[in-house]
Amino acid sequence: MSDAATLTSPALEARPVLRERGQREVFCGLTGIVWLHRKIQDAFFLVVGSRTCAHLIQSAAGVMVFAEPRFATAIMEERDLAGLVDANEELDRVVDRLLSRRPDIKLLFLVGSCPSEVIKLDLSRAAERLSKKHSPSVRVLNYSGSGIETTFTQGEDACLVALVPEAPVAADDAPASLLVVGTLPDIVEDQFTRLFNQLGIGPVHFFPPRHSQSIPAIGPNTKFLLAQPFLGETARALAERGAQHLPALFPFGAEGTTHWLKAAADAFGIPELHFLAVVAPGRERAKRALEAQKQHLAGKSIFFFPDSQMEPSLARFLARELDMTLIEVGTPYLNRQLLSAEMAYLPEAVTLSEGQDVDRQLDRCRAAKPDLVVCGMGLANPLEREGISTKWSIELVFSPVHGFDCAGDLAGLFARPLYRRSVLKV
Amino acid sequence: MQLTVWTYEGPPHVGAMRIATAMKGVHFVLHAPQGDTYADLLFTMIERRGARPPVTYTTFQARDLGTDTAEIFKTAARDAYERFDPDLMLVGASCTAELIQDDPGGLARALNLPVPTITLELPSYQKKENWGAAETFYQIVRGLATEAPAPKAEGAKPSCNILGATALGFRHRDDVIEITRLLHQLGIEVNVAAPMGATADDIRRLPEADFNVVLYPEIADTAARWLERQYGQKAVRTIPMGFQATCEFVREVAALAGVDPEPLLAQHGSHMPWWARSVDSNYLTGKRVFVFGDATHAMAAARVAKEELGFEVVGLGCYNREFARDVRAVAAQLGVEALITDDYLLVEETVAALQPELVLGTQMERHIAKRLGVPCAVISAPVHVQDFPARYAPVMGFEGANVLFDTWVHPLVMGLEEHLLTMFREDFEFNDAAGPSHLGGHAKVEAAAQPSVPEVARAPVAAADPVQETITVLNWSPEATKELSKIPFFVRGKAKRNTERYAAEQGLEIISLEALYDAKSHFAR
Repeated sequence: MSDAATLTSPALEARPVLRERGQREVFCGLTGIVWLHRKIQDAFFLVVGSRTCAHLIQSAAGVMVFAEPRFATAIMEERDLAGLVDANEELDRVVDRLLSRRPDIKLLFLVGSCPSEVIKLDLSRAAERLSKKHSPSVRVLNYSGSGIETTFTQGEDACLVALVPEAPVAADDAPASLLVVGTLPDIVEDQFTRLFNQLGIGPVHFFPPRHSQSIPAIGPNTKFLLAQPFLGETARALAERGAQHLPALFPFGAEGTTHWLKAAADAFGIPELHFLAVVAPGRERAKRALEAQKQHLAGKSIFFFPDSQMEPSLARFLARELDMTLIEVGTPYLNRQLLSAEMAYLPEAVTLSEGQDVDRQLDRCRAAKPDLVVCGMGLANPLEREGISTKWSIELVFSPVHGFDCAGDLAGLFARPLYRRSVLKV
Repeated sequence: MQLTVWTYEGPPHVGAMRIATAMKGVHFVLHAPQGDTYADLLFTMIERRGARPPVTYTTFQARDLGTDTAEIFKTAARDAYERFDPDLMLVGASCTAELIQDDPGGLARALNLPVPTITLELPSYQKKENWGAAETFYQIVRGLATEAPAPKAEGAKPSCNILGATALGFRHRDDVIEITRLLHQLGIEVNVAAPMGATADDIRRLPEADFNVVLYPEIADTAARWLERQYGQKAVRTIPMGFQATCEFVREVAALAGVDPEPLLAQHGSHMPWWARSVDSNYLTGKRVFVFGDATHAMAAARVAKEELGFEVVGLGCYNREFARDVRAVAAQLGVEALITDDYLLVEETVAALQPELVLGTQMERHIAKRLGVPCAVISAPVHVQDFPARYAPVMGFEGANVLFDTWVHPLVMGLEEHLLTMFREDFEFNDAAGPSHLGGHAKVEAAAQPSVPEVARAPVAAADPVQETITVLNWSPEATKELSKIPFFVRGKAKRNTERYAAEQGLEIISLEALYDAKSHFAR
């Protein structure tokens, strides 16, 4: 296996990237709350925003979680705009009411929005003030999920950056530990935990943790793997705490997962033979599962609209492990550093695009007549109506797709629309 | 600031989108930051529309603020005109753009586009979705329906407009079909149905009708009032929801059109009156229902519930304040206090306290009812994807009355089944935790949602969560607890509450078996 880091920069620099600006058919960073509020079980997310923000989150949540969700919106009204003093008093009142209703909350995120950013409501000072007031039972942090600053998954990045300073400081001589960064489904965490145990890597912690009280200590002997490609700022914040990033492909598919695990194994000095012995069964299972999906996907062309920043990694997986043909891979933001390994593995003949002008991109898409389009929920049905098969992208963020044992399921998400089209006779 | 978990209405620009999307040949340029495009999925996913809403979002970002957001708007508007070639342009701002005060109307005028362009003022921090829809429709009507009609030809058929149907409305598609059919049967022409399906030219023709049918006052009332003032068009405001209201509607439009309603009323073809009178429906008598929705649907539903199904309305409310006075009046007639609020948590508390046997509400009340283990049917927007049915399912007109009967009765346990559940409480296979036998798959959910009685009886529950028991749990004797568990779940809550109230009033320290039955006779209706 080649070390990704050595393949990096030239491959990307050489690639032309189509940069566009115009209407973007993407969510803002507030949307991350939909999964983050389920992950950290004693945290609550309070958006300080407008009715639009509240409407966005409940619409993006789609199914509308039946239990009382651990998020809410403090909807700003006319009088909150009149003076910031009043807005701060109002915010304190809303937080008091919220915390008295939910005494189980230990960590409260004040989440900034477009309107709160534009009127320059200082949520970091508000968080400090409220933290003091409600200490020690509740810690109050803040981040911005506003659409003017963040796109969809960048909301998780911003949230995790706010959480990093909460991690205890690990001593300089603490034993080496592994941190897996990025929200993963519980079952995937368990699968990875088993693999790291078998490899002899440990202790292993996940970030964000399931409970705010169990944030792992971070220090110079912390080595971290990113589970998601959209966590650039979090990686930077961890590096500032002295933690060491282990660059790798992202763990999608048999190849990506092997590469990702290998980066950890090398950092922890795991012997090659032992590594191969441990990963072999999972890798074989993944390959078998992928073989079953290949009949639907091999040779089919695919076009990605920008959504989660996962697009280049997923495209690499589909091209290399399922023999799909990539037409255009759009991403809201191309993080050159984190994606350097992925770029080296992406086929040459693919258009990479960053940003969006949705109408022009639709023109390109229609002209290319792809077999499958990956896009957001606003575009999927209109394209289906035009006769183009689609996979709506938010499912890729909401399903267990990482690691060996989800590789087949991940491929299945792409295969299902094509298979469905082949069976429907209406 | 208002603490909000779920909202009944979106911001006013979503109301404007509902109008633009419902019409043909209209394009809406919305000054908005990245992320506001989420609203597209309401139409493409929830309503399953096969086309994107005709909306261009300018998508400004933080780095654009204070530099060239106005220029971004102008470019977007110009491009949208060239690409979509609309007959009518709407321009407006979402909540964030309202703060940066770029004046989309002025910018659009400066572009001098060769198409009628209407500027929408949508105050996001004061108003909501229904207001935005009503205002948008009004501005379009006012802007385009500027010419008085030519005198009507001798012997021309009477005609009317059907006003108010939009995208994302609750059953608007089928209501318009049903009411159009009804009007045709009366010999009345439909001049224009708007906004749904209307073009800019159709709007110009609105004044040609003899009168207006205001099907959805939340959306069309403002425009209808203007048309009445401007062109003397009378407005029919009876909402034809339910059998009686439909008959009244028929009489009212017939009187305005000068036609005879009786032949149609004599052969309406609705099954609903007989279905309600048939003996099988006896068990519906006095079922306690809670009704909540937009004012129009809630008021109409309350009347149908009481007078056409024989239910007892124990609560009535609406989330929009525009018609609150009317709702209060209807509630007073029913002897209940109107709940006028858009606070989901307050609605939930009210439902929990009232312990109804059926909830008629919106998507939000569906959650509440599910959580409390109460059957529920949806009667009003906002609704989710399952309430945009593939089949024809109006809620207005004579067919609508049939639909209401079916959908409201369906979630309930059937009559004889209810008796059997009451008689044989300890059957291990056939019990109320399994849910109504014709609705599969509820067993586990119901079982989890329903705290087992011994558990409730054991300890007082903290009042932190309004959905949990909020009244103090008194000391129940083991026999009384066991007896309480024999009461079917759909009335158990009420029985428990009544018994505890009785015990408190009587100053009983322990609720015995006798106290349970004393309370039953005390509260016997």
